[in-house]
Amino acid sequence: MTPPKIRMQGLTKAFGERGKRVVALDDFTLSVADGEFVCLVGPSGCGKTTALRIVAGLETADSGTLEVAPGADRKQPQNAMVFQEHGLFPWMTVVDNVAYGLEMRGVRKRARREQVEPFLEMIGLARFRHHYPRQLSGGMRQRVSLARAFVADPEILLMDEPFAALDAQNTLMLQDELLRIWEGSRKTVLYVTHGIDEALALGDRIVVMTAQPGRVKAIVPVDFPRPRSAAELRGDPKFGALQLSIWRMLEDEVRAARAQAEA
Amino acid sequence: MRQANQERALAILSPLAALALWQLASNMGLIDQRYVPSPLSIANAGWDLATSGQLVFHIGASLRRLAIGFVLGAVPGILAGIVMGLNRWVRAAVDPLVAALYPIPKLALLPLLMLVFGIGDGSKVVVVAMSVLFLTIINTTAGVVQLDRIYFDVARNYHTPWHKLFLRVILPGALPTIFAGLRISLGVSLVVLVGAEFVASRSGIGYLIWSSWETLMIENMFVGIIVITVLGVLSTFFLQECERLLIPWRRD
Ligand SMILES: Nc1ncnc2c1ncn2[C@@H]1O[C@H](COP(=O)(O)OP(=O)(O)O)[C@@H](O)[C@H]1O
Ligand SMILES: [Mg+2]
Repeated sequence: MTPPKIRMQGLTKAFGERGKRVVALDDFTLSVADGEFVCLVGPSGCGKTTALRIVAGLETADSGTLEVAPGADRKQPQNAMVFQEHGLFPWMTVVDNVAYGLEMRGVRKRARREQVEPFLEMIGLARFRHHYPRQLSGGMRQRVSLARAFVADPEILLMDEPFAALDAQNTLMLQDELLRIWEGSRKTVLYVTHGIDEALALGDRIVVMTAQPGRVKAIVPVDFPRPRSAAELRGDPKFGALQLSIWRMLEDEVRAARAQAEA
Repeated sequence: MRQANQERALAILSPLAALALWQLASNMGLIDQRYVPSPLSIANAGWDLATSGQLVFHIGASLRRLAIGFVLGAVPGILAGIVMGLNRWVRAAVDPLVAALYPIPKLALLPLLMLVFGIGDGSKVVVVAMSVLFLTIINTTAGVVQLDRIYFDVARNYHTPWHKLFLRVILPGALPTIFAGLRISLGVSLVVLVGAEFVASRSGIGYLIWSSWETLMIENMFVGIIVITVLGVLSTFFLQECERLLIPWRRD
């Protein structure tokens, strides 16, 4: 058996000083297989972003072990993260934003433009290559963010509620586009969302987290056949049933999180 | 469209009308020409100063001091501001110094600077540089501190080397705020430069204005005032063009 692409074992992370200590993650254990698309859902403040940032290396865990892409050759970047919003550099054009990872790896301008081109076509923004983020809609900006991560060709992709700021129609379109781009590479993805329907549409497995401190409460396999269409899946009778059963698991945690917030 | 053209025509005509009125009032003796000469006599004096080469000489002297002083203040100011913006310890150490030195009217230091840098261009350049330095430090620091944390996260996520972090993330991110500081600095620089040239110079527009007053050549004084005003407008325009060029993502 091939080793998991991401292995998180007993990750614990607390923020703040004595008195105001917040335990964001407590003994968080999860493995993601090569090529697997795993979605994390949980009430807000349960540590989803923290988990992702630890895997990305933007944060270090207080204890526990983390293994990402063991045995991978180091020419490829280990991970690329897609942020919720504002992750693009306002002072760079679409091409330069998409090519950012390549530029940092020292790829020459000419070669960068060539590598970026198919992705610009794929996200339908070739015409906007010299626009600045400010000149784009929210949906277009998140397409650019996705393209930037895919272009970097990392071992794993990390996405933190990338569509949370978009309206429902845009979200649906972007989910389908993400699936389409992902089908082309089948990279390992760890995807944070607060939408159960989004997790069902995208993921191979859904990890339900507890309220703070975040732990794994349940793992639900999702076996809709691929390639999928996020829009059509919603008509599947199994979809509604799964949605409800996951909501049942999540409901108590959301209540608990609300109680914590009000306390 | 037609309305816009009419407005533009009016904008040109009204100052011309004011000049004509001024000339008329002078001719009729309504304005004392000993204090306020007529537009035509000022134009005459300006022509004489220009053809004799004096005007170019004085403009050259002022521009040279302004440009050198501005660069000598702005470049270290930007670099210091970035370091302060990035490092809270440096900021904690340097902030009180800046806060103490910034409010000193820099012109008040001119005698001291002349002791140190001599009565030549040096002291004028330094007094301009000091006026620019502190404003630039303050604005650059603010620009860097205000940078969204997420840009640093993205930079780290893509393993941005430090020189790229500086050139591709920090500098462009802070540039709009830096330019806000430079715009104010430019206005202050002109004031300080003219003041310095009044009292301690043998050249420059400030000297032209002051020496004309001393010799009661009021027309020449007015020429100086007009020239320094035009210099101010042109240098502001130049800075705006630099800004447009360097910050294209803020346009329209
Ligand atoms: N840098 C930080 N400093 C202090 N507290 C933090 C920090 N990052 C996250 N937290 C806290 O940790 C908890 C989990 O945060 P987060 O991982 O962002 O949750 P989620 O993404 O699930 O909404 C929250 O209570 C949050 O306030
Ligand atoms: Mg979050």
